[in-house]
Order: sequence, then C-alpha cells, then structure tokens
Amino acid sequence: MPANRFNGFSDYGVGIGLRVPHYDHIFAEKPVVDWFEIISENYMVDGGRALKVLDQILERYRVVQHGVSMYFGSVQPADREHLKRLKTLTRRTKTPWLSDHLCWGSVDGRYTHDLLPMPYTFEAVKATAARIREVQDYLEIPIAVENVSSYAEFHESQMTEWEFLNEVVEAADCGILLDVNNIYVSSQNHGFNPFDYVNSVPAERVAQIHIAGHSKFEKYILDTHDHPVLDPVWHLYARAIERVGPTATLLEWDDNIPSFDEVHSEALKATQYLTPAEPLPLNETAADLREVVHQ
Amino acid sequence: MNLLELQRRMAEDVTRPLTPDFQMQLKASDGRSTQELANSYIKPNDRLSSFDRLEIYNRQYWFRVIGAVSEDFPAVGAVLGAKKFDAMVLAYLRENPSTSFTLRNLGSKLPKWLEAHPELSPRRHKLLLDVARLEWAYVEAFDGADLPPLTAADFGDLGGASKLHLQPHLQLLDLRYPVDELVLAVHRQTAPSDIMSNAVTERKQPKRISLPAMRRSQIHLAVHRYDNSVYYRRIDQEAFRLLSALQGGALLGEALEIAFTGSALSPEDQAAKIQEYFAHAAELGWFCKLQES
Repeated sequence: MPANRFNGFSDYGVGIGLRVPHYDHIFAEKPVVDWFEIISENYMVDGGRALKVLDQILERYRVVQHGVSMYFGSVQPADREHLKRLKTLTRRTKTPWLSDHLCWGSVDGRYTHDLLPMPYTFEAVKATAARIREVQDYLEIPIAVENVSSYAEFHESQMTEWEFLNEVVEAADCGILLDVNNIYVSSQNHGFNPFDYVNSVPAERVAQIHIAGHSKFEKYILDTHDHPVLDPVWHLYARAIERVGPTATLLEWDDNIPSFDEVHSEALKATQYLTPAEPLPLNETAADLREVVHQ
Repeated sequence: MNLLELQRRMAEDVTRPLTPDFQMQLKASDGRSTQELANSYIKPNDRLSSFDRLEIYNRQYWFRVIGAVSEDFPAVGAVLGAKKFDAMVLAYLRENPSTSFTLRNLGSKLPKWLEAHPELSPRRHKLLLDVARLEWAYVEAFDGADLPPLTAADFGDLGGASKLHLQPHLQLLDLRYPVDELVLAVHRQTAPSDIMSNAVTERKQPKRISLPAMRRSQIHLAVHRYDNSVYYRRIDQEAFRLLSALQGGALLGEALEIAFTGSALSPEDQAAKIQEYFAHAAELGWFCKLQES
C-alpha cells in the first residue's frame, strides 16, 4: 500500500472495526486481519475490560484510532480533558494516524453526540482548520478528517462540500479519511454527482478510505452501517482507488452486526479493487454510477 | 448568521423534545414556528422541506441519547416500561444536557435526579431509585481505575492514624430493596454492545423482560471489579460503615469507631469482624496505593 505523511508512512491494507460481538471469535480463532479500527471513545476510560481487550488485541494486531466526538467544526475551544485522554490512548495504541469527522456537535459546553453538518463558509474553514491544527500539534500524530453523511444543507454555504473539504485540509495541512459511502449518501440526499466529489479530492492527502452500507428511505438515505456495501459505493470506491492508489481501507459495520467471518469477507471484497488484474475502465465505472444515481 | 449563531440555533432545534409519537414539534418553547426556524437556515430540496431535514437530526438526537441511557439503565427501563422510560430520559436530559464528550457520562446524574421525581413511578419510586443507583454503580465499577493494591508489608505498617485508600472502581451502596437480584436478572437478558459508533441510530423497542418480585429488605452492597468482571457483593452494615468512612477520608481508627458505634457485639466479636473484613478486602484488592500524579 502506498504510504504518505498523512497515514504515518504506513502500509495498511483492508481492516475492519473492532466490535464487542466479535471479541470471543477473535480471541478464540485469532483470524488473520490486516488491522482493526477502534472507536477511540470506547477506550478512553480509566480501567476495566475494554482496556484489557485492547491490550490483548494490540499484542497481535495493528490498530488505528477513529474518533466520533472531536467535532473539529465546533467553533469553541476543544475540551482539554478529551484531548488529554485521547493522547494517553494514542500512546497505548501507537496508532500511526488518527481520524475524526469534519463536522460539529457541541456548542457552549453542551454535546449533541451527533455528527452535525458544517455550513460551507470561509469562516468555517478558518475555524475548523485552526482546531485541527491545535489537535494535531497536541497529539503529535497525523490527523485525517472524514467527510460525513449529511441530511441538511445551509443557506449560508459559499461552496460545495468537496471544495470545503479541500480548503480545510489545505489550511490545516492534514489528511483525509475519504468515506465513499458518506459521499454516496450525501449525493443522493443533496442531488450532486458523487464522482465530482471523488474526482476533486486531493489524492495525495488521502490517508484512509471508509466503506459501509446504508439504508434507503422514501425521500432520503441514512448512513446506518447495518448492511453490506452496495454497488454504487463499490463503484465510487473503485474510482477513488484509481485516483489515490491502493489505500488503507476499512469496512464499517456498527448495527445488526453479523458474524466476524461475514463482516471480514465483506471487507475483503475491497482487495479486488486494490490489486486489479487490469486497470479499471474509468468511463465505464462512471457510466455505471450515473445509472445508479438516476434510478 | 455566523458560525457560532448557526451552531447555537441548530443545537437548540436538534435537542428540542419530540412529540409523543417521535415527530419534531411544530412550535418552539417560546411559541415560534419550528418550520420558520428551519427555513431561516436550512435549505429545502425537491423531496424534503427545511423542517423535514431538520427533523431527521432532531429524531436522531433523541434516538441516540435514549439508546445510550437504555444501555446503562436497562433495569430502570424494565421497571418503568418503554414509554415511561423514554419520557424520563427526555425530562432528565432537558434538565441535565450532556456536558461530556462521551455518552458514557450521560446518565451520571440520573440517580440523584430521580430522587426529586417521584411522579415518574409513585408506587415504586424507592425501588426505582435503588435500581438506578445500582446500575450507575455498575458503570463506575466497570471502567473505573484499578490502582496497585496494598501488599502484606503495607498492612503491617498500619495504625489507628493510618489513612487507607479504596479502589476507585469500588462502589458502596446502602439499598432499601435487594435490587441486585433484579438487576442481575435484567442484565442476563440483555446483550452487551459498543457504547459508541458513528452510525445513525434507529429507535429500537426494548424486549419485554420478566422481573423477580421485590420485597423491601435493606441490603448493603459493594459493587467492585475483579479480573475485569463486575461483582455485587453483599456486606454487613458494620463493613459498609467502615468502608464508607474510609472512602470518605476518615483515618483508620475513626472509621473503626464509626463502624461499631451502637453495636451490640462484644469487643472480641468486633475484633473478629474487623479481621474478617480486612481479610476479604485485602483478598479482593480493595485497599490501594494512591497513584502519583
């Protein structure tokens, strides 16, 4: 896998999320898994089983931390206790990079525990990039920001989501965790061509890619992580790999979690795109996706 | 609208309580139309109005926080029933919005808050309080710090003026009902899961759980962790008083006096009890050395 400074010059392949229902299987069967992604907040505790399990996993596997509550886009200062605990955990896991979302979720010291969408404004670019830099400087490891699924857009926005992402990562000099499922979900909810998004991302900054399943409702799509990856998302993934090269890839499956083998098999489908027998036909991929988008 | 104004506006709208059938309210608490509020900063699209789009977040917020509190207080949920439990979470969070980055702390004030809200379950209020206290003690014991226990040599140096520290994960409870039986019965019927992920949450109906009958009968519990599992250990009243006094910062001599004040036990029996308490506590590693910061 190609390495870059945003993923700590690592060579990670296809991983899956470390989830409680799979603990017993992992410890009993010791399956070969290239790496596990952990949700940082689940291990930012003082003691107990979570940390014991983590230490056992770290003895055998590579682990990357993914957060859900740093809220880079929240306009007020980051919580110092949060940062302190996060840094302690990074020392434990030796994660080569750390990811969290390009969103906001707290204001005036109150937390919504949701990944709320940003208004795509220059003011937000400045505030978000400053916070990412602050966190990156404090943690002393590369940060990758993940694009979120969104269900609302703001009148205040001055640019597209991908332009906003590009502005933020340039200003913060950080990496990108490109979630192609989130791009697809948002494209359907907001009516843009997801290829425009993937084609605009600065390839050299992509540290990692997320794939996942989603749920389709009558008038919108929700990012539920409770299904296998759907074809349009695989198409986008293929295009992303064409652009950025083989990149550390992670399947998210967080609800209605099936057996370890089922989740791992689904994730390993990504390897066919990472090591294609022959180059993927770019135009054909685009045509396929357009059909799906206009269904 | 600048970024801070937009975030304040949306946070208020997203955390506004839902209607009883889980829809976004049509009016804000100050009487303003939520449709107009949504229109002021959220774009509609060809399928959804600004209101509809905001409602997705409003609903997700409540599904997520109710789910998180359900996860930590399944027995409170089983005693109250789903509908009353949801109403309780709504009322609790209205007064105690989350001020922590982690959902783990969301229910930290629930036992105390319930004390002031007997109307939620007038006939079973005290039972409910005990259940909530025990379930929160479980959370604290589950992931509280585990400091190096005292060694036999450390015990040899103890005197009446010594200060003994207890493990941070050790929780001491004085309960009016034997709710350890009830909580264990519920925990046996509920599966563990990750406390956090970044997926959108769906509202799930909790399954119906059969509860053991509860008769009032005071118990004292030490909720502690051993080998990374949480245990409920019943202790007698004197042991409870002794450990609680030590936990509160009393010197060893003071704690012993508190433990046996008014006791009918002979001095010999008291000495035997003290030996027994210390042997159990030492075996379970409850006494510890303070961590240097």
